[in-house]
Amino acid sequence: MTGQGQHRLHWRGIAAVTRRDLRIVRGSKPVIIPMLIVPAILLVLLPAGMALSVRLGADAIDLGDIDAIVGALSPEVAARVAADPAAGIIEVALVYLLSPLLLIVPLMTASVIAADAIAGERERQTLESLLLTPLTDRELFTAKLLGAWLPAVTVGVVGGVVYAAVAELATIGLVDGRLFPNLVWAGLVLWVGPAIAAVSLGITVLVSARVRTVQEAFQLAGVVVLPVVALIVSQAAGLLVLSPVLVLLVGAAIWAVAALLLPAGARAVSRTRLGERL
Amino acid sequence: MTGDGHGAAPPAVRRGPDAGDGPPSPPVVALEGVVHTFGELRALDGVTLSVEAGEVVGLLGHNGAGKTTTVRLLTGILTADAGSVRIHGSDPLVDGPAVRRATGVVSAVPAVDGRLTAVQNLRFVAEVFDVDRDEGQRRARELLDRFGLSERAEDKVEGFSSGMRQRLALARALLPDPSLLLLDEPTSALDPVASRDVRELIDRFAGERSRSVLLCSHNLVEVQQLCDRVVILEHGRVIAEGPPATLAAELSVGRLRLEVDRAHAPRAGRLLEAAGLPFEASGGRLVLTRPGGVDVPDLIAELVAAGVRLHAVTPEDASLEDVYLALHERERS
Repeated sequence: MTGQGQHRLHWRGIAAVTRRDLRIVRGSKPVIIPMLIVPAILLVLLPAGMALSVRLGADAIDLGDIDAIVGALSPEVAARVAADPAAGIIEVALVYLLSPLLLIVPLMTASVIAADAIAGERERQTLESLLLTPLTDRELFTAKLLGAWLPAVTVGVVGGVVYAAVAELATIGLVDGRLFPNLVWAGLVLWVGPAIAAVSLGITVLVSARVRTVQEAFQLAGVVVLPVVALIVSQAAGLLVLSPVLVLLVGAAIWAVAALLLPAGARAVSRTRLGERL
Repeated sequence: MTGDGHGAAPPAVRRGPDAGDGPPSPPVVALEGVVHTFGELRALDGVTLSVEAGEVVGLLGHNGAGKTTTVRLLTGILTADAGSVRIHGSDPLVDGPAVRRATGVVSAVPAVDGRLTAVQNLRFVAEVFDVDRDEGQRRARELLDRFGLSERAEDKVEGFSSGMRQRLALARALLPDPSLLLLDEPTSALDPVASRDVRELIDRFAGERSRSVLLCSHNLVEVQQLCDRVVILEHGRVIAEGPPATLAAELSVGRLRLEVDRAHAPRAGRLLEAAGLPFEASGGRLVLTRPGGVDVPDLIAELVAAGVRLHAVTPEDASLEDVYLALHERERS
């Protein structure tokens, strides 16, 4: 990177870029609409629909459908499922099967905002004016990172709370006691979610620095959703089941990937590299 | 300047010839033998040029001559493959923050964010350039007022005309009070009226505080109107440099206007053609476009001898267009 000796960061400038990015995001329908619709579907409609379908079809529940995952659960949970299949199946679905969806929200939010923040600047022809500011490459990258990561984490946490609230409301009278909060949920929302937002940012920044439009950036960076899909499928297949320890380990692994990706992203958005592609 | 960016004082700026008795300050802009390539394309091929404090220099050339590349090298957005680039004696790649703090840039595409209001655009610049909060607000109000944008201050810029956007871009560039303005085709996307407005603003603001200006343009009228000196680029090389009048004298270009009876104009034209002198004719006016080497008393005598009633013979200064075309022809030959 160029032009950045060892000096204190110009936080006022960083905050100005971050604030400007957030203001632009708030006013951008193509960014805001998917950020509202996707969480509404995944974190409200899906758990509510799941609880409703269990209520309506309690008599027809066939535990064979979730054999694989029940076999991989702790004996206590398996016993609860056997004792009350309706309550058991809703617990398995909401706490284990659907909970990886909590990761989709921060992941997607980070990706949408980061794509807009770099490829979008290029598309709107405002990237050069940003490169002409006195901010160093590191400061620009920090500003762009915060502008995407902070909302992603915020939306992820809010989404997690909404999911838990919807799940609790939808299972009143169906499940004894409370499903949420629990350690798996807390780990996903507070530990894995921020990590996956960081990975999503790293990948999107790397892609955005090389493409010309937000659309291209978003499409190419979409691969980041694959590990979450893999997690959902693995659970359904009984290959693994989320436990607090596993959540801790998965989070640590994702943070490690983020630690590798973000410096690469910082190099990709260096002034002179972006300048060659203006 | 040191390499520590924001902690550094802004580059020392020499504000004109009365700057003091100390050692002479380096030129505000100094390029020495600069080469830059994009893949196989040699965009700049050993360019050397300078801009002194308070000077307005035009960088003239066709599209693709290397003007925008020069601006990007000066602001540290591109790296030179060879040669040296200095602003106030500092390397933009090493002292980027300080160099960019001292430099205002306006390009053909107005560097304003359409999704923000005019005042939000200026407030953003004040914060990023670390202008004191109150001072930033004062300057923003003043610039909006002087650039005729006060009434639209709270409107989103996406609703502005291209002329208004470019005026706002100029206000943005001036808000941090830079000692150097780099103007890259600032009027190329504007209609004639908006172009004139922006040119007037450039003329007015360039003169204030002895700012140095490098105006990149292919608009000869604009450069002639605004610049003390021109540097002419062709295919990434400097092919001429100097005040337009000096270049015209060196290239023996200028104009000679002959006013004759309208009825005698065809006869005068035939005579000029026979003498191999290029000219433009309009009614009773014939303008020799390349009169270098013409013996004017002999020409007058020949016209009179041929029965042409001659009312006036007026030498005219060469326009920058004449200089540019002459240089272009010379390069092609």
